[in-house]
Amino acid sequence: MSASATAQALPTEVQSTDVMISMTDVHKWYGQFHVLKNINLSVHKGERIVVCGPSGSGKSTMIRCVNRLEEHQRGKIAVDGIELTRDLKNIELVRREVGMVFQHFNLFPHLTVLENLTLAPVWVRKLPKKEAEDAAMHYLDRVRIPEQASKYPGQLSGGQQQRVAIARSLCMNPKVMLFDEPTSALDPEMIKEVLDVMIELARSGMTMICVTHEMGFARTVANRVLFMDRGEIIEQNEPEAFFNNPQSERTKLFLSQILHH
Amino acid sequence: MMDTSNVPTGPRENPELEEISPPMTVVGPVAWLRANLFSSPFNTLLTILAVLFLAWVVPPFIRWAFIDATWTFPQEVIEGVRGPNRGDCTASGACWIFIQARIGQFLFGFYPADERWRVVLVFILTFGAVTGMLIERIPFKKQNAIFLFLILPILSFWLLLGGLGLEVVSTRLWGGFMLTLVIACVGIVLALPLGILLALGRRSDLPVVHLLSVMLIEFVRGVPLITVLFMANVMLPLFLPPGTTIDPLLRILVGFTVFTAAYLAEVVRGGLQAIGRGQYEGAASLGLGYWSMMRLIILPQALRISIPAIVNTINGAFMDTTLVAVVGLYDFLNIVRTGSRDANWIGTEIDGFVFCAAIYWICCYGMSRYSISLERKLDTGHKKR
Repeated sequence: MSASATAQALPTEVQSTDVMISMTDVHKWYGQFHVLKNINLSVHKGERIVVCGPSGSGKSTMIRCVNRLEEHQRGKIAVDGIELTRDLKNIELVRREVGMVFQHFNLFPHLTVLENLTLAPVWVRKLPKKEAEDAAMHYLDRVRIPEQASKYPGQLSGGQQQRVAIARSLCMNPKVMLFDEPTSALDPEMIKEVLDVMIELARSGMTMICVTHEMGFARTVANRVLFMDRGEIIEQNEPEAFFNNPQSERTKLFLSQILHH
Repeated sequence: MMDTSNVPTGPRENPELEEISPPMTVVGPVAWLRANLFSSPFNTLLTILAVLFLAWVVPPFIRWAFIDATWTFPQEVIEGVRGPNRGDCTASGACWIFIQARIGQFLFGFYPADERWRVVLVFILTFGAVTGMLIERIPFKKQNAIFLFLILPILSFWLLLGGLGLEVVSTRLWGGFMLTLVIACVGIVLALPLGILLALGRRSDLPVVHLLSVMLIEFVRGVPLITVLFMANVMLPLFLPPGTTIDPLLRILVGFTVFTAAYLAEVVRGGLQAIGRGQYEGAASLGLGYWSMMRLIILPQALRISIPAIVNTINGAFMDTTLVAVVGLYDFLNIVRTGSRDANWIGTEIDGFVFCAAIYWICCYGMSRYSISLERKLDTGHKKR
């Protein structure tokens, strides 16, 4: 796939034993519908996890629970030692440390790219404006669009917008990055530029959870690939083993559908 | 055999071809007329009817308002031999000397003539500060805002009402255009933030806040403004400890503000509903709390979308100030009407109404033009996700 051409696979062994995210016996219901069933997952510092599975399997819901855009109703989620409860203080603390990239970018259309990037550092981290702008330009450089700083999001292509969104999250110096199908809304020719940025981010040692259908990216970047179906984690393994030797029937079926279409 | 010499085979290399100007049927005044006024039989009919209507209405009005109008006082009045009256308007058109004779009262009500400079000063300061805020090129926006929203209200209050060395002018003497502006400005400036809070309250997850906002909005919107004004005038004192009196103008201001706020709340709520969930999630994922999210992300976008409706409501509120006449205040319209009931000026109702209409129209048209330019300025031109 597009990503594999650009990068050699990153090492799959994780250096750190610090647990960054831990989910224990997490359940969630939408009304009567059981969307997440007994999710147990711990993500170590520097680990890169790719979550895949058919649509409606609860992948997005699971990572949205990590920064509590969705509320879980049973079990325990802790991020960097802070447990997510109803306590708004904790929720905001966790959100500062967890960056999120959305399928539809969710940039702020009334602000310029630079303002999008400096908003949270200035208002949440209370950074001086100048410092925030310097950091913003640094990250815009990293996602390779420093020349777009003064434009509005609506003037950029989808790929550029998504790279701005990644830079916006990075400006908060997060400890974890969550990616919720970051390339699904993009035109095919723009997918690569976004994946390249994500690969580079992975190289820098960022802890990442990515919900994506880009299997090439998963092979290149992931330490671990998770397969979810009907709200459960069915199978998880290192990418090589996951793709070459899937264990469950559902995983085999899913892989055969997405790899040979 | 087919002639293929005109069929392009490779990249076209004649650059002149791209620079030909469009034919006369596409641009120019004739094309404009055809496209806009005579594009179809129905459109042509409408154009003809509109032209006939204008020909029927406009020339007589111009004759009445300008050509046949009386603009100057007769010699005796200028010399001070006697006061002017309706009889001095001998021409068949408008009697503008009525306006000239009464202009002081129309502008200031019964405000003492020697103290009117205070009103003028407040007006000039407000006008200056507002202009400074509205026009982008003028610097010192921050200082200007502090002056406009903190210093000026206190200063105006003191200048208009008096005290501390100035002669006290009771609000019962306020009237005319000045009263209209005071009610409109105070009412609208207070109603906008209140309306935004009510709109946020109505969308709040907190049941008590939600319920109170809904009750206030629906109650006030379900009642005519006249009723609200009567209630503010009569019932507000009943809720206060006996013996306390509130200024009648203050009661009216409270009623007017709450009424306008309820309508603005619904307008702002409409704008808030147009903002997609992604914006909330984007802001939340960065760690922004509720108030920062609203202030920095949601409201700027929601208010921009609502500008036409907000200005519409504000325009309506400005017109509605005329309803304070029912509780005995002499706003601009009321004082002009009262003026034309004066025995000396019987028969000047129409002149008075036309004068009022012109002033109201200038104010409202100005607001609407500004709102259009504001919309253009704030338009970053792109759909929201």
